[in-house]
Formats: sequence, structure tokens, C-alpha cells
Amino acid sequence: MKEIEINSTTLNFGPQHPAAHGVLRLVVELDGEIVERTEPHIGLLHRGTEKLIEYKNYLQAVPYFDRLDYVSPMCQEHAFALATEKLLKIEVPIRAKYIRVIFAEITRILNHLLNIPAYAADIGAVTPFLWCFEEREKLIEFHEAVSGARFHAAYFRPGGVHQDMPKGMEEKLFNHLETLPKFFDDLEELLTNNRILRQRSVDIGVLTKQEAIDWGCTGPILRSAGVAWDLRRSQPYDVYDKVDFEVPVGKKGDCFDRYLIRIEEMRQSVEIIKQCLNQIEPGDIAIDDNKITPPKRNKMKKSMESLIHHFKLFTEGYRVPQGETYFAVEAPKGEFGVFLVSDGSSKPYRCKIRAPGFAHLQTLDHLSKGHMMADIAAILGSLDVVFGEVDR
Amino acid sequence: MLMIIKTIKSFALLELFRGMFLTFRYIFKAKVTINYPHEKGPLSPRFRGEHALRRYPNGEERCIACKLCEAICPAQAITIEAEPRKDGSRRTVRYDIDMTKCIYCGLCQESCPVDAIVEGPNFEFSTETREELMYNKEKLLLNGDRWEHEIAQNLQSDSSYR
Repeated sequence: MKEIEINSTTLNFGPQHPAAHGVLRLVVELDGEIVERTEPHIGLLHRGTEKLIEYKNYLQAVPYFDRLDYVSPMCQEHAFALATEKLLKIEVPIRAKYIRVIFAEITRILNHLLNIPAYAADIGAVTPFLWCFEEREKLIEFHEAVSGARFHAAYFRPGGVHQDMPKGMEEKLFNHLETLPKFFDDLEELLTNNRILRQRSVDIGVLTKQEAIDWGCTGPILRSAGVAWDLRRSQPYDVYDKVDFEVPVGKKGDCFDRYLIRIEEMRQSVEIIKQCLNQIEPGDIAIDDNKITPPKRNKMKKSMESLIHHFKLFTEGYRVPQGETYFAVEAPKGEFGVFLVSDGSSKPYRCKIRAPGFAHLQTLDHLSKGHMMADIAAILGSLDVVFGEVDR
Repeated sequence: MLMIIKTIKSFALLELFRGMFLTFRYIFKAKVTINYPHEKGPLSPRFRGEHALRRYPNGEERCIACKLCEAICPAQAITIEAEPRKDGSRRTVRYDIDMTKCIYCGLCQESCPVDAIVEGPNFEFSTETREELMYNKEKLLLNGDRWEHEIAQNLQSDSSYR
């Protein structure tokens, strides 16, 4: 009989590991310090969002989308609002579209401002974390001023946005955006040429063009592998076809490329918001149809018809014509899609959520094979997974 | 030539010193931290914090027990029971909010036709026990009395957008 010696160690990584970015449990099989296999165990943050939405009407479902990827809340409401509008066959006013794009891009900057320093902190740089949180705080104040909540905004509604931007906010936002590229320069000065960051990220977790497509990667991860694919460009929604921006594409597809792409995306987002602020004009912020959006409060208090609409909308909600649709937006992490099936009632029959983080997490085993144990933290940080959306 | 410059730069630890110089410059920047319990960050009039039930200036409670907030609440955190009063007006006998269920989405204050239930500017209502977070009508009305000035101001300044 032949004896085979298996020289491997099985190691548990998480669910309480600070570099696991939330509640991820990894079972890592090691040969010495070389990773042979990584197996993500997910589901620790499962809340049954998709099933819950089947029991909520379309307005009530909006806050659930904030809580999927809690680092980029508004982009997900955007996907749900657009999918519902597609089923309702309505077109929102142009000002609402601009406001949505402005806040979706602010959300993108917020997301990358968390991911980049978290990634840097995973591989040993702590300073950017403190700096980025200062900048995030300033941007979150705009979130709060417009919606009343710093993160869980519930601001993009099917049919438009909830409330108009407060007076003077456009100038304030524009002035603040002027300071951001300078901050990105400082961030890059600290990180991009730093030898420690480069040693930990160049040629780590390489994904080729074909592999990235095969694994279903989207967003910065797909672009870092050299595929110029951006939903904002290829199938523009809202006013993305009216603004001019560039889609950064990587060459190698390693962790360092993903980092660089995120930095460049933030710069592009600033440009997009500036263009939107220059083009935006006063007007309606939600469609003028009280069968879908509730009437203004002073109108509701004076007119009987508006009051009836108000009561109808906040009890039964609006009925959505029978049908099914898929709508995807370019969320900061990749393609975030909502597949909605309506049976003609006021509640969705089925709402399937396509979260980019789920597809990205499954590449982890492939990316980390043959690397050192410590590189898992780097790869995981560069994949930018958030467990709210992976586990749903 | 380029290679030589690169090597010299690398051996001189140039990028590390540039990074250190940058962090050194940041020392002299204005401080951004605030002395929290004494200083607080800015809040907009739309801020959605702790709930409160409001009263009319004559002391009568606003809530008419229409139960719209109960119907719209996505987390089903609100429970209302109502009875007609002796004078024939309809008022709540029970108005409970489970603050541990509440997701602070603001749909209750949007749905309220008489501006009775509002989410006020208070965000410092942490408690030591879970039971204290099951708010009843008395607690909510007390909140309303305590925060009426700020709430009325916020509603006033935001009224043209609502």
C-alpha cells in the first residue's frame, strides 16, 4: 500500500477578521504559506431582502435597497427606481434625472473613498484611512442635506426623487468639488509610488481579459483586466449620454490596476458632477402624476382629490402593469441589476437582485491560488466586496 | 539614463520621503475633529432622527388615528389602536413604536396628513436596556413637547420642498 502525505493546513479566516470586510468566513487550505484553495462561506448577513420585497409595495421596497451594499446606497435605489419606471412606462422629468446622476456619482466617490483606504490599510498603510474619512464626512453631509439621512437615504423613488435639492446646494457642492482633485493628488502621492503598496499589489491576483469575462466580473474589476465596458457608456440611463467622461481601462488586471482604476474613476465622477451642475435647470423633480407620486403637502391639505390620492398611495400603493424587466446600473462595484416581475398588483411578484460582489467573490479562489496567505487580504480588499449585497 | 535616475530615486527612498513630507504638511492643517458632546456636526432640517408626536398650539394632540403610518411602515414598527372619544372625536388609545425595528426611512412622517408623527432632530437616544426603546404614546408625546420648537422650525424652513 502506498502512503500519501498531504502537507496542508486548513485555516479559518474570519468571520470576525478585520480584513474580511464584514462577515466573511474563508476556509483556506495552505501548503506552508502558499494558498492552495480558498473557500468562501457566505450567508452570515442574509436577511431575505428579495423575499421581503415581495410583501412590500413599490414605495416600501426602496429603503431595502439602501441596505444591500451599505457603502453605496443611492446607486441601488437607482436600479430599482429605473426598473419600476420601465415597467410603469414613465419618463421622469429632466431635473430629477440630473439630481439622480449627481448623487449616484457622489455615492461612487464615497464608495471608492472607503475602498481605497481600506485596501491600503489591509496592506499596511493607515494614514489614508483617516484622510479619506474626513473627505467622506464632507460628502455625506450633502447626502444628509438632501435626503435627511447620511446613508440610508430612501431618496430615489420610482417616478423621480423625493425632495428637491435645498437652495444654495448646487453652489456649495460645486465649490466642494473644486477641492477634491487636490485631495486625490495627495492620496496618490502617498500611495501610488509607495514601494510597500507596489510590492504588495503589483502582479498579485492577476485576472486576464477572458477570465474576467468568464467569471462574470463587472465594474472596476472587469475594466482593470482591459475590457472597456461601462454601463454608463454602453447603455446610458438617465443623463449619462449628456455628459462627457472617460472610462479608465487597465492593462494587467492585478490589484494595483484595480486601485489605479478606482482613483481615476473618482476623478471622472467629479467631472461628471460638475457637468451636471452646469447643465441642470429648475423644474419638476418627480412626474406630475398623482397616481404614482404623492401630491405636495400643501395641495394635499387643501384639495379633496389630492387627499384621496395621498391615502391611496400610502396604503395600497400604485399598481404596476403586468410584465417583467431587468435593469442594470453601473454601481461603484460593478453591474447592479434588478429583475422585477409584476403580476399587475401593487407589490412585486418577484424581485431578483444581481449583486456584483457575489460574482467577484467567487473569483477569490482562482485569484489567490499560489499566492501567500497575506495576499488574500490584499486580493479581498481589491475585489471590494460588501456583505450586505453578497448575502442579501 | 532613465534607468539610472530610477535606480537613484529608488535607493534614496524618494517616494517614501515625499510621502512623509506630505503627512508632515498635514500636521499644520486646520483641525477637523470636533469635541463631540460639546460640539456637534451640522444637521439639515430634513434630518430623520428620533420620533415625536406633536400637539396643536392649544394642547390637543394632532394624531387622528388614520393609521397611514402603520400601513406604510416597511418594518411594521408602529402599532395603533383607536377609539372614539366622549366628544365624538377619533383619537388613539395606543400608539407604540418599536425603535429597534424602525429603519428611519421617514415614510411615516411623509404619510402623516396632519404632521403629527415626525422624525425630529434628536439622534442621542441610546438606552441601557432594550425595553426602553419600545416607545409608547406618552413617551412620544413627551418627545413632541420637548422638541416642538426645533421640529416646528425645521418643518417651516423645509415647507417649500415638501
